Amino acid sequence: MADPMKIRAQMKGDIAEVRILMAHAMETGQRKDAAGVTVPAHFIQSMTVEVGGKKMVDGQIGTSVSRNPVFGFKMKGAKVGDKVIVSWVDNKGDKRTDEAAVA
Amino acid sequence: MNTTRRAVLKSATASGMLAGLIAAGALRPTQVLAAEWNKAAFEAKDTAGALKGIGAGAPADSKDLILKAPDIAENGAVVPVDVVSNIPNTSSITILVEKNPSPLSASFDFANGALPEVSARLKMGQTSLIKAVAKADGKFYTAQKEVKVTVGGCGG
Repeated sequence: MADPMKIRAQMKGDIAEVRILMAHAMETGQRKDAAGVTVPAHFIQSMTVEVGGKKMVDGQIGTSVSRNPVFGFKMKGAKVGDKVIVSWVDNKGDKRTDEAAVA
Repeated sequence: MNTTRRAVLKSATASGMLAGLIAAGALRPTQVLAAEWNKAAFEAKDTAGALKGIGAGAPADSKDLILKAPDIAENGAVVPVDVVSNIPNTSSITILVEKNPSPLSASFDFANGALPEVSARLKMGQTSLIKAVAKADGKFYTAQKEVKVTVGGCGG
């Protein structure tokens, strides 16, 4: 299983800023390794962000997102203590869910 | 090696993980997979094909869609991009890198109070236009910016 995500959610005024760092190789399927063999594509395809029980962001991701992707979002209507749940699924069916609380 | 011990350890971790996932409310695969990955759009080899794939044939230029990216990216593997839409009722934002082998980078749908803005880090194979496309009330709007890349980030 993949490494945990780092999720930071902080209230700035009445808006919650959520930053997510996912640990993922995000192989494009174009790169060759030292032996000249093409490394097969392996990348996150979809992700969701849920805050306080409501799904706020539904994302689809392709290969031109950097390795160990970082995403930032802003949510209205969240409050301190709300649970932030982030999930992703990659093209090999691997998945990961992590959570944090709005601070 | 003691195989029984292995098996026991394995099943213990598996069930422990499962319990943890249920507690986290993660075992809702239908929800995660609600929006099926748009294969046609993501595998399109040019911007026109990718735009067509997301249903945005000819998006209109908009000054209310703000795309922030560096003028010069020293490392194409990590190019920070910010997109903010000031267009009312923006429901989704899509980011494309025109000259990448697969231009479509990411697409986000916003709901339940999420503001229509996103920051992400992209890979760029070479100097290219970055395009943001916002969907609002069923219409598509776009903004773009050229980023010069000194070292590519797509294989090589």
